[in-house]
Amino acid sequence: MKTDPLGVLTGEHYLDGDYACGEGAMAAGCRFVAGYPITPSTEVVERISQRFPMIGGTFIQMEDELASMAAIVGASWTGVKSMTVTSGPGFSLMMENIGLAAMMETPCVVVNVQRGGPSTGLPTMVGQADMMQARWGSHGDYEIIALCPESPQEAFDLMTDAFNLAEEYRTPVLFMMDECVGHMTEKVVIPDPDKIDIVPRKLTRAKPEEYKPYLVNGNMIPEFARAGDGYKFHTTGLTHDEKGYPVMSEECQAVLVKRLVDKIRLNADEIAKYKEDGVDGADVVLVTYGITARVARMGIDLARKKGVKVGVIRLQIVWPFPEKRIRELAGKIKAFVVPEINYGQIVLEVERCAAGKVPAILVSHMGGGVHNPEDIRDAILEAAK
Amino acid sequence: MVLSGHIIGHACAINAGMHATMIQSFGPEARGSACSTTLVVSDTEVLYPYIQRPDIFVVMSSEGYNQYRDELKDDGILIYEKDLVHPKLKKGQASYGITSTRIAESLGRKIVQNIVMLGFFGSVTKIAPREALREAVLSSVPAGTEELNLKAFDAGCEYFDKEFGDAAKGKSGKKVKAGT
Repeated sequence: MKTDPLGVLTGEHYLDGDYACGEGAMAAGCRFVAGYPITPSTEVVERISQRFPMIGGTFIQMEDELASMAAIVGASWTGVKSMTVTSGPGFSLMMENIGLAAMMETPCVVVNVQRGGPSTGLPTMVGQADMMQARWGSHGDYEIIALCPESPQEAFDLMTDAFNLAEEYRTPVLFMMDECVGHMTEKVVIPDPDKIDIVPRKLTRAKPEEYKPYLVNGNMIPEFARAGDGYKFHTTGLTHDEKGYPVMSEECQAVLVKRLVDKIRLNADEIAKYKEDGVDGADVVLVTYGITARVARMGIDLARKKGVKVGVIRLQIVWPFPEKRIRELAGKIKAFVVPEINYGQIVLEVERCAAGKVPAILVSHMGGGVHNPEDIRDAILEAAK
Repeated sequence: MVLSGHIIGHACAINAGMHATMIQSFGPEARGSACSTTLVVSDTEVLYPYIQRPDIFVVMSSEGYNQYRDELKDDGILIYEKDLVHPKLKKGQASYGITSTRIAESLGRKIVQNIVMLGFFGSVTKIAPREALREAVLSSVPAGTEELNLKAFDAGCEYFDKEFGDAAKGKSGKKVKAGT
């Protein structure tokens, strides 16, 4: 269905990535945001708190990040599209309730504008070191969906994907921006509302007395009943059966947790979103995401001028990882090169998928700035030898 | 300063069909102390958002000048507040000064000196058509201040026309650093 025009500020704007992210959320139908503002993500909620009163949204400044995450889970159960916004330190505090959202199968979006870490790290400066935390941060087995925009325009565009995937798979979706994209101002084109397709909440048609909140019919995604619509049911973070009640057994754990993982893992190809350039016939392939993807294009251009055949896969969705594509390429190229603003995270995933066939070479920047394009060029030249 | 950068970026990216990526000071300096904005303007996509050596350096205080003067390219252009900045130029660097504070005061409000400077900057660099910058001023300043800001913009343009005429040659596709 098409989105509600009320939230769409159609036109050409000059916006930073944080504002664009906020506009993207509103255009995608988000109408509830709870947060505990933190640098460098503050402008996302600044924008939303200014615009929400005009479009019928609710913004609550919570007492902390634990409560923020809990509030968006609760709000989502009323059927509203909900989101919270944070950076590294707050992301850590949200992990417990991100797990709860995954276990209760609650659609919601968590924005993390990444800064340098660990701990309070570099509040006003860029990092990409929360990528593995996004994948594994909460305890127990679950799979997650995480997106990475490379520009303010993409911070707007990918927000629609984030909210749609949250609804489609009934899962928390992580929006992994970085400080550089968040604080960079560029042209952002916001389309007409009739160009924005959104996935509505998939509400059950079962009679209230027959409804089972975690009953699935083939597609692994249970139907949703909103709080307040007359359905009386139970939901919990404990291992539960299709009625939603706790069942402490090996069998129930196996059925539930396998499904939670498989609904994303087995649909990884369907969910995957990446852009390729020059990959066919390449000797070296870069795997990039976020701001690093842009800087890497300069390194690629420099390497191509030296005659190296180099291609790139830019990940717009990092989790689930496009494992199949990386495995295919591993048999055809000399090496992968992975530039990232951390000390080696996504490179580990590339290395896993390359399965020893070819090396995965990290080009690390420790944070607080972006790569020098010449460093990326040099790594490509070395890898092509 | 940050607003000026935003207006130039807006003019180039929205009104003049170019790519313009702006990065601004972030932190306590953006809330009252000396601050800066950098802007990369290009006909092609901007891949690297930061600036090491700007082609054009706009400066409105001696503190800003002392902090950033060494960054200007050896053949770069300095645009400065004539009463407040006393530049020591390298050979090959061009410079254009304007008494933007006094002009703003004569218009009634000192606060619009950044917009006076903006008009002057646009005239020196020809980075975007004058009308594109003027429109960007109009769409960026607070409601109720449009007339004053447009007057300030026009005053900056007029100062250039009067003092420099056709003497200045514009450059495009350039990196701009603005500092107070």
